[in-house]
Amino acid sequence: MLGSLAGVLFDGIAYGSLLFIIAIGLSVTLGLMNFVNLAHGAFAMLGGYVTVVAMSRMGVPFLAALPAAFLLAALAGVVLERTLYQRLYRASHLDQVLFSIGLVYVSIAVATYFFGPSQQPVELPPMLRGQIEIAGRGFGAYRLFLIGVVAVLTVALHLLMERTRFGAMVRASVDNAVAAAGLGINVNRVFALTFALGSGLAGLGGGLGIDVLGLDPTFPLKFMVYFLLVVAVGGVGTIKGPLIAALLLGVFDVAGKYYVPQVGGFIIYALMVVLLLLFPLGLYGRRA
Amino acid sequence: MAAAPDATLAAAPGAATAALPDGRWRPLEVAFWLLVVLVLLALPDYRVLASQILITGLFAVSLDLILGYAGIVSLGHAAFFGLGAYTAGLLAVHGWGEPLSGLLTAAAVAAAAGFLVSLLVVRGSDLTRLMVTLGIGLMLYEAANKAASVTGGVDGLSGVTMWKVLGLWSFDLGGRTACFYSLAVLFGLFVLMRRLVNSPLGLSLRGIREGGKRMPALGAPVARRLRTIFTVSAAVAGVAGALLAQTTQFVGIDTLGFPRSAELLVMLVLGGVGRLYGGLVGAALFILAQDWLAGLSPVYWQLGIGILLIVVVLFARGGVLGGLATLREHLLRKRP
Repeated sequence: MLGSLAGVLFDGIAYGSLLFIIAIGLSVTLGLMNFVNLAHGAFAMLGGYVTVVAMSRMGVPFLAALPAAFLLAALAGVVLERTLYQRLYRASHLDQVLFSIGLVYVSIAVATYFFGPSQQPVELPPMLRGQIEIAGRGFGAYRLFLIGVVAVLTVALHLLMERTRFGAMVRASVDNAVAAAGLGINVNRVFALTFALGSGLAGLGGGLGIDVLGLDPTFPLKFMVYFLLVVAVGGVGTIKGPLIAALLLGVFDVAGKYYVPQVGGFIIYALMVVLLLLFPLGLYGRRA
Repeated sequence: MAAAPDATLAAAPGAATAALPDGRWRPLEVAFWLLVVLVLLALPDYRVLASQILITGLFAVSLDLILGYAGIVSLGHAAFFGLGAYTAGLLAVHGWGEPLSGLLTAAAVAAAAGFLVSLLVVRGSDLTRLMVTLGIGLMLYEAANKAASVTGGVDGLSGVTMWKVLGLWSFDLGGRTACFYSLAVLFGLFVLMRRLVNSPLGLSLRGIREGGKRMPALGAPVARRLRTIFTVSAAVAGVAGALLAQTTQFVGIDTLGFPRSAELLVMLVLGGVGRLYGGLVGAALFILAQDWLAGLSPVYWQLGIGILLIVVVLFARGGVLGGLATLREHLLRKRP
């Protein structure tokens, strides 16, 4: 029982850190511009497919394919933000929802057209396969790697947000876009860059996550709730909130599916409704 | 939501901007319903498709009540549709195949669920509402999926045997009874809903939609109004679901799924939000297009619907009926 508990915790944390890295960009979209972007998962899917294509058709090794996933997803993010998203910043939530659902459908259709409806395989490099013994217990090497990558990224993100000029600009824009613009911050450009960063991280997460989350054209729909949940529960404008929310979500989801498989995804959805009602602004909410 | 026009289909040019609704049936509305009956009589081969359109149309109008009139964006309206479908289906499976009482039971169950959900929905912002409705929809889907011994799980609920409607017409393979039964229920509920949105309740809902903060100052109990309309909307959605279960004699788990909620939003927006007929027009266009495009390839269908949505949001707010109304006003204004 205790052994399985450690395993569940470990898997949950690995899963949660993936969710965090994918969803952190959404926290900015939703928080900074108050834009309900249901299509955020599409960027993660793009990153996943970039990884698969780079590896299987161009023979790029896994670790080298990941930066490509980041870059292409970031590029797609900036292009879409400039051409489509920014037109809808002032639109109603309904319009944003419809627009992003439209984008989800398009991404599903395009992915199905090029790659077919089936799951995409990913071949991990040998050193990331199998188990690693720590304190007499075996841990999946890939999940350890995942947690490590996300930990490094989180620290980097934290430093970026708290210690750099760019981070200060982002925080200022989240807190009060009007005042920030009045101080000479180009809020639009800050947002475009943050959007690109968020999309890129989603793409990276999508590439990293193929082995854990799977990859097929319905990816953006399947995980949409999870990403929204991370943001809604974690609150926006911080890194800590979504991180804690994502880890909680990951652990609860894995534990729920492991200990009470009869109820399956039910726990997560119930948790979401309850948390939303108890903390309308998120656990660490400081909505602008 | 800001500029959603309130005119019904046939509102006279000036009436779109002024005047209280008087509830009178306009010639265009009468023509619309006559046209529907004519089409059903003239095209007997398409009756199965037609009853699908009628049922989905009813479902879309139920969403219009909360979205178009009260301004609540729901991503989980299929929850009530599915509840209604399973209620009617389970009743019939367990030996009570009387259609009308099945509809009533479904309406009651969906209304009860709608009332409970409305308690959560009236709190919170747009985003919270969105997520709560989404979450509840997903919860019900999971519940139906896991309770396979009752609902049949992913295989769906089969063995739904219906008795004759009013003891007179049995459900036939050609869909004749199904189609006219659906039409009768749709029309009956439509008349009620039309009355409802033109009533003081409907007016105060529009007020809430346009400025929720000012309505309490006028003495309108905002939360109670929203709860009422949400419950009614859920009941109507439940009836639509029950109709589907009874006419197809099958309940699939997809009746509860998120895609159904999303598609519902799509058709409503396509037809035009906040004018009741928008749901009917949108459902007809959507299902006909789906029938045609999905016949070519499901990929084309998804691509088409996705691009259509983006285009509608960016360029054609108000949907088909909104566009027609604008065109009509434009033409009338040109006249000397």
